[in-house]
Amino acid sequence: MSDLFSKFDPLIAQREALLSTGLTDPFNLVMEEVVSPTVAICNGRRTILLGTYNYMGMTFDPDVIAAGKAALDEYGSGTTGSRVLNGTYSPHKACEEALKTFYAMDHAMVFSTGYQANLGIISTIAGKEDYVVLDVDSHASIYDGCALGNAQIVTFRHNDVDALEKRLKRLPEGAKSLVILEGVYSMLGDVAPLKEMVAVSKAAGAMVLVDEAHSMGFIGENGRGVAEDQGVIDDVDFIIGTFSKSVGTVGGFCVSNHPKFEILRLVCRPYVFTASLPPSVVATAATSIAKLMHGAEKRAHLWDNSRKLHAGLKALGFTLGTDTPQSAIIAVIMPDLETGARMWEALLGEGLYVNLARPPATPGNITLLRCSLCAEHTDDQVDQILTMFEAAGRATGCIG
Amino acid sequence: MTDRAHTDARIKTLIEPFNKKEIAVEDGTRFAQDLEWDSLTVLDFVATIEDEFDILITMNQQAEIETVAQLVDAVEKLKAA
Repeated sequence: MSDLFSKFDPLIAQREALLSTGLTDPFNLVMEEVVSPTVAICNGRRTILLGTYNYMGMTFDPDVIAAGKAALDEYGSGTTGSRVLNGTYSPHKACEEALKTFYAMDHAMVFSTGYQANLGIISTIAGKEDYVVLDVDSHASIYDGCALGNAQIVTFRHNDVDALEKRLKRLPEGAKSLVILEGVYSMLGDVAPLKEMVAVSKAAGAMVLVDEAHSMGFIGENGRGVAEDQGVIDDVDFIIGTFSKSVGTVGGFCVSNHPKFEILRLVCRPYVFTASLPPSVVATAATSIAKLMHGAEKRAHLWDNSRKLHAGLKALGFTLGTDTPQSAIIAVIMPDLETGARMWEALLGEGLYVNLARPPATPGNITLLRCSLCAEHTDDQVDQILTMFEAAGRATGCIG
Repeated sequence: MTDRAHTDARIKTLIEPFNKKEIAVEDGTRFAQDLEWDSLTVLDFVATIEDEFDILITMNQQAEIETVAQLVDAVEKLKAA
């Protein structure tokens, strides 16, 4: 029977073919118990977590938990309302203050998720006559923000400064434009050449938005991200971020020094027409953000972990997404989806969880195993991870 | 050769490296259905066309272009703009 769901038939067939081989469904894992930021019980088995984005391991920080519990007691379980009506409590304002302090910026706006932050900011500030220029490997939330708005959308080749500059020069005379970049691209874990890209964007008169979801907390001297690390944060007009990675809860935000920024609270539909975050969530976020400012030692250990895992996997003969460790994401490239799924299952059998990423979410339609490290992974755990990769890699024929 | 014929010939040459199915490319050939390009391939190809003709083809404009002939017309129009 043909109906509205017929368009999903190829995907249904692909899934059925994959699962009919007896493979565990890589997109249906349940964590029965979560022991710590780096360990959970999956299928009754103790499993090291290497695919959580929990970069700074804040999810079980005692101060963070205490702040959440106190807010739950004091303010209840939820706000049942929009930020612009009955959904702004003291903890929401405190959270925005924590962000302003963390980034040393004048304005901060908290959204219910990082996805909504991108949807809201992009669709609201770029109007029908305006141009949005974005990297072709941008996150789905950036593309969806473009689709929600009415602006003219132009893409350029991934991390290609020259391609960006050429497109900016081709924009119609007098057109207003927004360039959208990411600090760390989450599929391969590679870092953008923001120094050059921000410079060519500013020279062309464009505003610049940088999504620092995968760098907050550990890249840059104060953990403000790649723009800080490359010395261009003062030229960035908007930074988008999330609470669901280093901060360790859920939510999204935009920080900016633009003098008219606050008007967005009234005109940004994904901000206005949804309920605000529960007070316990923003209280945990505020506490976590304040602690991330003083996380230099954890940052250093996370980088040690990243370097060690990258070198170890390379030595074992795996093909990696980047030649050098550039972030806390290390992507292991798989020859195809079927091998990737078998390798994923073999790793889970060894007691290791990673993300299986596949087309269309991946650049170049590749299948990859995405590993994201945590500052709480011990040296010993990284050794165990490498042993597991070696065993699973040999069992599946990924390495010789 | 007219300008349009020249553009048409260039575009058909530029399609070839992306023509993995090795089908015969005609004016009415459709990018999605006949060449079976996914969205990433389309964006990669668009970048090639943009640089060849020193133009921009926005995603909004791409949505209106289904066939080779429509692309040639769009490029001609954008070059003149």
